[in-house]
Amino acid sequence: MLITNIGLAGNPNVGKSTVFNALTGLKQHTGNWPGKTVVHATGKYTYKDQTFSVTDLPGTYSLTTNSQEEEIAREFILEHDFDVIVIVVDATCMERNLNLVLQIIEAFSNSVVCINLLDEAKKKKIEIDQEALSELLGVPVVGIVARSKINLDKLKEQIYLSANSNEPIVRKKINLSEEETTKTINRAKNIYRKCVKVKKQNYDALDRRLDNIVTSKKFGFTIMMLLLSLIFWITLIGANYPSDLIFNFLFWLQDVLFGAMTKIGVPAIIIDISLYGVYQTLAWVVSVMLPPMAIFFPLFTLLEDFGYLPRVAFNMDKFFQKACAHGKQALTMCMGFGCNACAIIGCRIIESPREKLIAILTNNFVPCNGRFPTLIAIISMFFAGMTLSPLNNIISVIILTSVIIFGIIITLLVSRILSNTILKGLPSSFALELPPYRRPQIGQVIIRSILDRTIFVLGRAIIVAAPAGFVIWIFANIEIGNSSIISICTDFLDPFAKLIGLDGVILLAFILGFPANEIVLPIVIMIYLATGTMIELDIPQLKTLLVDNGWTITTAVCTMLFCLLHFPCGTTCLTIKKETQSWKWTGLAFLIPTMTGFIVCFIVAQTLNLILSYL
Amino acid sequence: MENNILSLDKLLIGKKAIVRALVAEGLERRRLLDLGLVQGTPVEALHVSPTGDPIAYSIMGAVIALRSNDASKVIVQNLS
Ligand SMILES: Nc1nc2c(ncn2[C@@H]2O[C@H](COP(=O)(O)OP(=O)(O)OP(=O)(O)O)[C@@H](O)[C@H]2O)c(=O)[nH]1
Ligand SMILES: [Mg+2]
Repeated sequence: MLITNIGLAGNPNVGKSTVFNALTGLKQHTGNWPGKTVVHATGKYTYKDQTFSVTDLPGTYSLTTNSQEEEIAREFILEHDFDVIVIVVDATCMERNLNLVLQIIEAFSNSVVCINLLDEAKKKKIEIDQEALSELLGVPVVGIVARSKINLDKLKEQIYLSANSNEPIVRKKINLSEEETTKTINRAKNIYRKCVKVKKQNYDALDRRLDNIVTSKKFGFTIMMLLLSLIFWITLIGANYPSDLIFNFLFWLQDVLFGAMTKIGVPAIIIDISLYGVYQTLAWVVSVMLPPMAIFFPLFTLLEDFGYLPRVAFNMDKFFQKACAHGKQALTMCMGFGCNACAIIGCRIIESPREKLIAILTNNFVPCNGRFPTLIAIISMFFAGMTLSPLNNIISVIILTSVIIFGIIITLLVSRILSNTILKGLPSSFALELPPYRRPQIGQVIIRSILDRTIFVLGRAIIVAAPAGFVIWIFANIEIGNSSIISICTDFLDPFAKLIGLDGVILLAFILGFPANEIVLPIVIMIYLATGTMIELDIPQLKTLLVDNGWTITTAVCTMLFCLLHFPCGTTCLTIKKETQSWKWTGLAFLIPTMTGFIVCFIVAQTLNLILSYL
Repeated sequence: MENNILSLDKLLIGKKAIVRALVAEGLERRRLLDLGLVQGTPVEALHVSPTGDPIAYSIMGAVIALRSNDASKVIVQNLS
């Protein structure tokens, strides 16, 4: 069957991925900041018995600049065998968008212009004369609202018509000289003047007012802190209830399973392995780790959808300048809160190779979603008491926020050191677009990202946590000489681990947690449980278990620090290898955070011990 | 007249100006051009970062933040 190839091109943040999702029914990630999509995605749909294959391209400002994203877009537009290119433009920002439109039309004859975000334009009283535009550009123009799928059929029809027109497609390599660039931009301004009427002079007054506050000297940083703290606070409070519920349910189920298995005569050793090894590790991951992950993620997504992240980058930029790093590194760090591996791919938005490497090498200092719950659990056990009183929660939030800020400071310091040593150089030029604020689709974001996260974490738990539980049980129960394999390992690691404020078990858990960070704490618990017993399985008892195994304030602090400062997880390492194409940089990305962790934890542990010994 | 010529990073917040020339070279020049900063483009300084740098400008209907180091390479003529 003949497949028609469609490319979705356009400036960053104009809704290409949203159009893509509307056309194909797939779920490419979208977000209100330029650079969300960095890897192209392909999907299919059928219209009038014809199959269309759509490719979602990363956004680009021009076909001539030299960044990786733009090169991908240009290569794709010129070298891929597209039958039609749909140029998506933002109705509220036509003047800027038309520049690229003119370039693409020049390079590829069979284009369709798709004006998106007409709902926003209407709100801002921006009127676009689509017929005049089509005439001036010489290509068909369709206006849509991708998010609510308005006029989607019109777009499909136009793509269908363009795909089946008999005009030969002309592809031309364009290399715009400065003179031609100027000409194109002036043409864009001209066309804009003829086709777009702005009925309300201060159509973006609200955005400007908000930005005046959000980026002000007085409130800029305070608002950042407060928003971050607010998210943590909701996560902490929100996670407690489901945690308890899930916990009770899963451990009730464990008893039921035990009863059932004994009844039908399953051999004791199998019961032990499957229940006290595999099942329990899974249960710990799901009850302790999943709830904070499933709550934090959607909240962060809301902030992203609202358009706040570029403002963070704007406020923080001076620090990155001082570190000789790229301003968009702040954006890749924000992505790190979700997942470090995704953030590494996201580093493609940084044009200069030197600054991109810095961003990659330091990304792990931002704790990902999988490490968050470990921090939260330790804080609530050791620093804030176990009760849910508002005061305790506020203490937890302050500690958590401080840990994150410490991670940011380390990021900046290490970036600075890298810029002065192995990645010497000055910051390159860049432009950061501050997109209009948009009302996030609250309901949809929350439901979808909670579901997505839950399924994702459960999937990983089954793939990683279950086998880990199996291995731990085996290791804890096979004896060589007089001690189990586990205790041989932990005894071996213990002297060194003690130096940095941990113990052998914790260090081993971090090592075994290499495939996925969310299993570190569950592994610690499992190993302690394998050697002792927890009389009553509930979360307050957890602290007792840890304290019985020698945890002190120093251990808690150092475990948190090491959680923040250690090697990236397996997936992230593989991604770094893929992105940098080099074992050397992958090795460094592994070593730099680990060494930082060793040094910081050593200093902190020794200092704390010294102080505590005087108290 | 002469007094109205300045580099973009010196443009006061709320003021409008018109691009007259670029003093950047190579890739940097290219990037600025692609933003629409060619001769005759109107710009307006909108927001300063809390730390004083970068500054966000309105350029061709979009809000674009530039570091002073880059903005200093755009020569503009103050309109007011
Ligand atoms: N109000 C409104 N918002 C939209 C519409 N289409 C997209 N958006 C929002 O615009 C933002 C950007 O959408 P994306 O689809 O991620 O944009 P993109 O062009 O793929 O962006 P990059 O991948 O960064 O180049 C998201 O927050 C969307 O929810 C629309 O028709 N109306
Ligand atoms: Mg996208």
